[in-house]
Amino acid sequence: MIGQVFRRELLLAWRRPGDTLLPLTFFIIVGSLFPLGVGAEPALLRSIGPGAVWIAAVLATLLGLPRLFAADQHGGALEQLLLSPAPLALLVAVKVLAQWLTSGLPLALAAPVLALGFGLDFRDLGVLLAGLLLGTPLLNLLGAISAALTLGLRGGGALLGLLVLPLYVPVLIFGSGAVQAAALGFGAGANLSLLAAMLVLAVVFAPWATAAALRISLD
Amino acid sequence: MFGPTLDRLAAPKFFYPFAGRLLPWLGTLAAVLLLLGAGWGLAVAPADYQQGDSYRIMFIHVPAAWLSMLTYMVMAGGAFVFLVWRIKLADMLAKTCAPLGAAFTALTLVTGSLWGKPMWGTWWAWDARLTSELVLLFLYLGLIALRGAIDEPQRAGRATALLALVGVVNIPIIHFSVEWWNTLHQPASLTRMAGPAIHPAMLTPLLLMIAGFTVYFVAVLLQRMRCEILEREQQARWLTELDAP
Amino acid sequence: MLELRDLAAVRSNTLLFRRVSLLLHAGEALRVTGPNGAGKTTLLRMICGLTEPARGEVAWDGTPIGTLGDEYRARLAFLGHQEGHFGDLTAAENLRLAGHNVAPDAVVAALELVGLGTLADQPARFLSQGQRRRLGLARVRLRAAPLWILDEPLTGLDRQGVELTAHLLAEHLADGGLAVLTTHQDLPGLDDVLRQLDLGA
Repeated sequence: MIGQVFRRELLLAWRRPGDTLLPLTFFIIVGSLFPLGVGAEPALLRSIGPGAVWIAAVLATLLGLPRLFAADQHGGALEQLLLSPAPLALLVAVKVLAQWLTSGLPLALAAPVLALGFGLDFRDLGVLLAGLLLGTPLLNLLGAISAALTLGLRGGGALLGLLVLPLYVPVLIFGSGAVQAAALGFGAGANLSLLAAMLVLAVVFAPWATAAALRISLD
Repeated sequence: MFGPTLDRLAAPKFFYPFAGRLLPWLGTLAAVLLLLGAGWGLAVAPADYQQGDSYRIMFIHVPAAWLSMLTYMVMAGGAFVFLVWRIKLADMLAKTCAPLGAAFTALTLVTGSLWGKPMWGTWWAWDARLTSELVLLFLYLGLIALRGAIDEPQRAGRATALLALVGVVNIPIIHFSVEWWNTLHQPASLTRMAGPAIHPAMLTPLLLMIAGFTVYFVAVLLQRMRCEILEREQQARWLTELDAP
Repeated sequence: MLELRDLAAVRSNTLLFRRVSLLLHAGEALRVTGPNGAGKTTLLRMICGLTEPARGEVAWDGTPIGTLGDEYRARLAFLGHQEGHFGDLTAAENLRLAGHNVAPDAVVAALELVGLGTLADQPARFLSQGQRRRLGLARVRLRAAPLWILDEPLTGLDRQGVELTAHLLAEHLADGGLAVLTTHQDLPGLDDVLRQLDLGA
């Protein structure tokens, strides 16, 4: 059952490469807006670099969130998901994992490339990548709750964003903070550990909250 | 389940007159505490040796901040009770708390800004507390927006209750992360808003103001819940139809 | 055995129905009728466990479905207004990846049975409404669940499709299954057998 849902999700993402690549493209575009907005002075870019890349990652993730349940909702398959005998939280976790693999992970991997545009050191790129590898699944997990709550509502993406961005604040702070700390010589360990801890908590609680939200939204 | 008294209280039919009887007392008490606190704080308490008279905005800022957090806790409590035990009054409580909490948070931000201007020369400083309050405001606005976006009352109540609980779990994390962020970026020499210690002469009026704000909050809460009860009674004819012969 | 105990439904502050009580045994089918907005779909969703009743409960073999949880869901197959297919997957893939273990031959056989054998590799979004309905029926059948809950299963079907549905339903009931369905159309061969529930009354 679980395996089938996972395979289905990957298959669906594969069939719609545009949908899957859109957040990635958006990520690059938003990241590129920063130098255009603040000027291309190298020292300035190096200092805003980590934050800018993280913000672009957050916004790009936000863009892809509605897709998590859109296909199911559109065809009535969401009801089928809720009616399956497997635990809903587990099914949700699998869906989020599939979404992360197809859009979150590419974001994390593309980030160092974007970060080069901001003039970050190679060592800092490593911290950025590590942070995003921990952070992007976190963003997807938290975002799933908001996507489930706002299923089918007016205000769509903007409402989803309003609900989830406050929850993203710690992720942004620790993720970006890790790179900044490393750049200052303090080491990224503390920030990355906090991200990891948040990720563990989110893996345990977020699918369960998302499942509850789905039941509420489909009542 | 909570004992007969609380059970009865949870029924709107009994809550309405009960709250109505409490209101005049609460209103008077709030007025007394606030006048006393404000008078003392604004006129009697000595000027701060560092900040002069401008610190007096603290008598509004600190209680407002306290209330902004308290309101969220009360709302989260109501949300939990509603989700688990389906008590409609709890949903009304949570619904009423959201705009109140947003108002207290906004008041905290405005007074914080007014306090900050003479201290730091800017209308906004990204210090830990104000930034936390800002995120709290977004949480409140999200709750209000979500409830407004859902037409079906049952779904609206449960969805906002879930969101409130997700929020309450995240508030300590957000607060911690903002403090963390603040120490990373602000030099340690910057004065904290509350000052190194509060002079006892300032403490009493502050406590009076906090108490007054809290009583005021309870009063407004009860009053608005009564309005909410009336509104829902009007719309819920189905309650009587359900039990009609 | 499906039991409806004193069910009531409220939507948007309107009472849809109340005091719906019924006992459905193996081999029996219930046909729910009523005007638009009477709450037929809501009732079906309540039986599925998707919607919570304003009052009363649904029980399976004596136990409330809320307590049974996953156990109950393993025993039901639901076909809603929207059939629940993924537009980007082919008909065969929709059946194969529907969530329970089915052999590939079973998928092919099911598609043949409902007359979609030639469309096995067509993405579901290119199917007509009637074809999607048939695919949904195939999925329900493959599920091999004792309780079938079908919301307007005959919509968009031609006469052949209607007869097919009636035939499959009769087969299911003969095997000891139960069914609850909404439809205003006639089901050839079954109309006398079906128990009726009119929500408009």
